[in-house]
Amino acid sequence: MMVAVVALTHVRNLFAVVVLFGLYSFLTATVMVALDAVDVAMTEAAVGAGVSTVLLLGALHLCRSEEEKPAHKPWLPLAVTIGTGLVLVYGTWDLPAFGDPEAPIHTHVAPRYLQDGPRETGVPNVVTAVLASYRGFDTLGETTVVFTAGIGVIALLRRRRHVREDKNT
Amino acid sequence: MKNDMILRIVGKLLIPFILMFALYVQFHGDFGPGGGFQAGTIVAATMVFYAIIYGLNTARRVLPDWIVEAMIAAGVLLYLGVGFAGLLLGGNFLDYFVLDADPVVGQHRGIFWIELGVAITVCGVLLKIFYLFARRGPD
Amino acid sequence: MSFFSHYDYWVMLFLAMAGLFIVIARGNLIKKLVGLAILQTSVYLLYLAPGKLIGGTAPIVHTAFTLYSNPLPHVLILTAIVVGVATLALGLALAIRIREEYGTIEEDEILHSDTAPTKNESAT
Repeated sequence: MMVAVVALTHVRNLFAVVVLFGLYSFLTATVMVALDAVDVAMTEAAVGAGVSTVLLLGALHLCRSEEEKPAHKPWLPLAVTIGTGLVLVYGTWDLPAFGDPEAPIHTHVAPRYLQDGPRETGVPNVVTAVLASYRGFDTLGETTVVFTAGIGVIALLRRRRHVREDKNT
Repeated sequence: MKNDMILRIVGKLLIPFILMFALYVQFHGDFGPGGGFQAGTIVAATMVFYAIIYGLNTARRVLPDWIVEAMIAAGVLLYLGVGFAGLLLGGNFLDYFVLDADPVVGQHRGIFWIELGVAITVCGVLLKIFYLFARRGPD
Repeated sequence: MSFFSHYDYWVMLFLAMAGLFIVIARGNLIKKLVGLAILQTSVYLLYLAPGKLIGGTAPIVHTAFTLYSNPLPHVLILTAIVVGVATLALGLALAIRIREEYGTIEEDEILHSDTAPTKNESAT
């Protein structure tokens, strides 16, 4: 994945960039399965590697810009990025180790959801139970965000181009 | 693409199975990975596949614009309807246990309807965005 | 604290910083959006990693298993993925409209054509 991302930074042909992005999404979905997040992996594979790649290819076809121009040497952004990265690495010193069962994330609400969830909701998949029942408001907000994005894209792209040119003449 | 025999035949064979798999993912979200978002995305991807092989106009005859636009709003309204049903039947907003005499059956019912609402909205939005992108000609 | 207990955070931070670098340093709008998507995806991994318990399994309750990974990050990241694709679609629609109005999607050319008319107006 690191190789894919470094290649993506340097490649200038935009079609190759989109293909590398699809590859990166698939690798992310595989890593998520290794982290036991099966719902998230299915969503990431369907949405990231499927729909995102299709939308990027559609936009690329409309923008017709295949190559990116060479930039001036990016020393300042590289310095900013490396500086931010070092500060964040310093911030991860105190985080719990990988797979640590004593971490705070495992001791507050999660055991209650895992024990009482299937009994109270009758649904063995705890992720669906939490998403739809315990945290149903968040899912309502998310559906509204998707709806708003659809409305926004409709508002931006509704008129055809030749209709706009007729109005200008 | 319409004249390419292999694509047309493979498409006709595969698309029903993909739609069936999307229904399986939707309704088995309770027992395995899956749920509303994944099923909506799979249905949208199926229609994109169909549009790429058979042409955008054929796809827009199969699922016309007004149905897709209605789907976008219908999913959110279904979700809000379940929330208000909980309010009208005596509990708080988005309470599921009042939807039936047995609270666990009420939870099942509530989860079923809101997952359906989420799938409809996600499918409608993704498909509408694809239609809009594909309809504009490049300059 | 050894190298192997924290290196997963560092890999994800490297990916996030690569995405940030693409957003800051490259001028093409579509490449910037891809960089933003990479930044978002690496943050998802950063959230999911602490939820995994070694020896645990996916959080679907079944009588054959006793130890489950934490379901809470999965719920948050599911919402985040869908919101991310909605943002990407809106960004791409904006890029398409910019391309139609300005004729280009390179950032410095857009800025140049935005500042040039004001210089002409102040000259007359």
